Amino acid sequence: MARIELRDLRHSYLAHPAGDADYALKKVDLVWEDGGAYALLGPSGCGKTTLLNIISGLLTPSEGSILFDDVEVTDKSPEQRQIAQVFQFPVVYDTMTVYDNLAFPLRNRGVPENDVDARVRAVADMTDLTAMLKQKAAGLTADGKQKISLGRGLVREDVNVIMFDEPLTVIDPHLKWKLRSKLKELHQRVKTTMIYVTHDQTEALTFADQVVVMHEGWVVQQGTPVELFERPRHTFVGHFIGSPGMNLMPCELADSVARVAGHAIAIEDAPKTPPHGDAALELGVRPEFVSFVDVDEGLPVDIVAVRDTGRNHIVETDFAGHRVRALVPEGMPVPEGRAAIRFDPAYTRVYADSWLFE
Amino acid sequence: MSLTLKNVSLIVDGQTHIYDTTVELVPAGFNILLGTTLSGKTTLMRLMAGLVQPSSGRILFNGDDVTGVAVQKRNVSMVYQQFINYPNMSVFDNIASPLRLSGLARAEIRKRVETVADLLRLGPFLKRKPSALSGGQQQRCAMARALVKDSDLVLLDEPLANLDYKLREELRDELPRLFAARERTVVYATTEPSEALLLGGYTAALHEGRITQFGPTGDVYRHPVDKQTASVFSDPPINLIPVTKTGERLQTSHGANWRVYGAFRDLGDGEYELGVRPHHVQPHDGAGDGAVIEGRVQVAEISGSESMVHFDLEGRPWVSLAHGVRAFGVGETARFKIDVDHSMLFSPQGETVATMRA
Amino acid sequence: MSAKTTNQKAWLLVAPVVVLVAFNAVIPLMTVVNYSVQETFGDNLFFFEGMKWFEEVLSSERFHDSLLRQLQFTFIILAIEVPLGVAIALAMPRRGFWASVCLVLMAMPLLIPWNVVGAMWNIFALPDIGLLGKTLNAMGFDYNFTRQPFSAWATLIAMDVWHWTSLVVLLSYAGLSSIPDAYYQAARIDGASAWAVFRYIQLPKLKHVLTIAVLLRFMDSFNIYTEPFVLTGGGPGNSTTLLSLDLVKIALGQFDLGPAAAMSLIYFLIILLFSWIFYTVMTRGEDR
Repeated sequence: MARIELRDLRHSYLAHPAGDADYALKKVDLVWEDGGAYALLGPSGCGKTTLLNIISGLLTPSEGSILFDDVEVTDKSPEQRQIAQVFQFPVVYDTMTVYDNLAFPLRNRGVPENDVDARVRAVADMTDLTAMLKQKAAGLTADGKQKISLGRGLVREDVNVIMFDEPLTVIDPHLKWKLRSKLKELHQRVKTTMIYVTHDQTEALTFADQVVVMHEGWVVQQGTPVELFERPRHTFVGHFIGSPGMNLMPCELADSVARVAGHAIAIEDAPKTPPHGDAALELGVRPEFVSFVDVDEGLPVDIVAVRDTGRNHIVETDFAGHRVRALVPEGMPVPEGRAAIRFDPAYTRVYADSWLFE
Repeated sequence: MSLTLKNVSLIVDGQTHIYDTTVELVPAGFNILLGTTLSGKTTLMRLMAGLVQPSSGRILFNGDDVTGVAVQKRNVSMVYQQFINYPNMSVFDNIASPLRLSGLARAEIRKRVETVADLLRLGPFLKRKPSALSGGQQQRCAMARALVKDSDLVLLDEPLANLDYKLREELRDELPRLFAARERTVVYATTEPSEALLLGGYTAALHEGRITQFGPTGDVYRHPVDKQTASVFSDPPINLIPVTKTGERLQTSHGANWRVYGAFRDLGDGEYELGVRPHHVQPHDGAGDGAVIEGRVQVAEISGSESMVHFDLEGRPWVSLAHGVRAFGVGETARFKIDVDHSMLFSPQGETVATMRA
Repeated sequence: MSAKTTNQKAWLLVAPVVVLVAFNAVIPLMTVVNYSVQETFGDNLFFFEGMKWFEEVLSSERFHDSLLRQLQFTFIILAIEVPLGVAIALAMPRRGFWASVCLVLMAMPLLIPWNVVGAMWNIFALPDIGLLGKTLNAMGFDYNFTRQPFSAWATLIAMDVWHWTSLVVLLSYAGLSSIPDAYYQAARIDGASAWAVFRYIQLPKLKHVLTIAVLLRFMDSFNIYTEPFVLTGGGPGNSTTLLSLDLVKIALGQFDLGPAAAMSLIYFLIILLFSWIFYTVMTRGEDR
């Protein structure tokens, strides 16, 4: 197990990168504590797989260094780094039994057969593979194979970090959440540092204690699921996390009062003035924090569409030409036609040039 | 146009893939087939398209029997989970391909392709090859081909399954609007209950080759006719527990019990199974008033705005989708309250005998 | 779930191929069957002989000898070409300029006509003027493939290995290229040795292509004719007379059509039988 530190990492797949645009990873400075559960979250092409490969040692960064427990490992190979990885498409040794698959990393390291047996059985128990130990790995379903991959990581006691690269891609939708909570449960039991790469916010938020959101090669925010939800540091985080994402609309700011199309909007601890004259200001508020109020008490809107998600109604409104969505819990009345809304001042944010301004 | 399946069944090599099915799709409506993988969604679509002939029964288009008619003559479009485009043709030629076969004038083809491309926001990419598009754009190109054809029946087989989370969200917003604009019947297969709800329209729940229920999506969700439908339409799966009704009380085998009213009170005494969706089970701190149960927590997943708490209730796996952030230790005993207003009772045979809320 | 469409018209589309195969394979085969049970004295006079030719061929020492030689030859070249081919494929670069160069070099022997290969090796190995023959003799080896059975065999095998190992290389190379990188990465992470990677990843993934390679090489080596005919003509003596050479000697040299036909059929059945056994064993215990 290890504390992982990434210092001034930059990476380009080109031999002579010219500007920022040539870098797949623009600048990463992060510290991950020992035993934590971390997620790298972002859409495809955001640089998360590049970062994962740099940490695992499959890729050497163009600039910067990686430290495991304050020891530099930048030039070390994956096997020297003592890491384990679960890939997007299940990797198992087809001709071996499940037992031999789990024993493989230990036997390669010359661990005595007695210890191998004890570890394999312990890990099989954790991953619900005990009943299948004697079967050929090739015959298992996709979720079984992913459990084997995970088990091959868990079986080694010297593993610094276990990494997951979109591990649920090939899992049947109705089994996804089962495997997901299994991972979470295992992390709480074994306390190995785990890094989980995904484009799926639900997977990232439910698995990780700390989520790193990536966008176009930048780390735009690292934080707990609650922080990302309540205080997105970048409009991308607001948009990407949450379903539907944050409502964003251009605004003006003067003397701690934000205005959207002339309507004053109350914000708790609002910043006084814009950072500089030509900053593009936006007001952001999540649909969860938009509520309907009496017509003469709030911001006037027209209801455009209402959609039923079972648990909520997503009410799409038009507020002075901006699309604003509100979530109305099941069983609460849904207004029609003209209505008025209110933004919760505690969760309404101002963004300057896409970054949280406070 | 209207599409009716009359006593259609499909048996291949002695195995029944589709059991005797009679269903009349809603003309010019959005018809959703909801079921897990291998429940028969794709097979049913292939029967509708004419790619497979039924073992028995008839298929009617606008009342005309088309059972033996080849797919080429049915004026049907289909979009698959994989992004299927002609790789050597430009986006324009891809979209135009169904029109070229129909012998329309060049100018007319150009006009139609451009209209559809604008609708799907593909306008700027018409000259590109599909390989130079993102996944979402590739799938939109495949959909454009289905749209431009002006077919009477459009079949969409999990078209969003291979897309990034956020893209899926966007396209889900657009799809009903895109297809609603014309007089055509749409059939949409999905494994995800939330997707079915967001798309609205009408839903047919499928379970192991049978349509268990067909009706307006909200009705099927809130008033499932049986346990199978309720399970298919719940993600995470619906929570189930056997209960005994005596007089005005329901009791679990471990003694948790509460008073019932409304539709439940009118039922006869006896054995039932209680079904509650995860978001209708909430952590409960107060005294034991109402339907309060006690379970052992296995794992809690926190997603920012809510928590998913997995617990063991009298040997059954239960899930609570709780509002806000709720931290629990593994193995901790916790109290939860069932929202009786949203629970359902099933007979021992699995039929719904009572639901509480309209 | 999948279901087949039943459409009887599809048979019409297959009909041309059926007709072609009939002319190409079935009718010639039936001619051979016809010959194999009859005696002819020319003038298109035939007499039914039943199983006589089969009994004669099966009990003849000459047939036993050439079959044994054939089996030895096939076994030796398989034992050399398959491991060697896999080893070369493993050593080849996976991508880039040199990968293309290697592939072209490997494909070259396969493009040379068979009789040219035989002639090339004949000249190459001549003890008095050939580069190989002269060098070996100059190094003190007593080498003469036209006189010594052992030299003849060694040359024959070297020629076949030179000509056909490339086929195994190309098939194995294709098989290796289809293994996703993730497998190698996982193996590195698991601390697997190069041998373990070969044994548990590469070999299992090569199983299917190797089955095909062995089958092709087995059938081709049983059918080999041109190259040994040009190189040694079956000699010295009968020492390199393989089945096909013997068959031609009987059929054309002695014009014994009956025994030759019977021998052809036995020959054909042996190939079929071996191929079937091999294929069944290799694909046993698989789902599809």
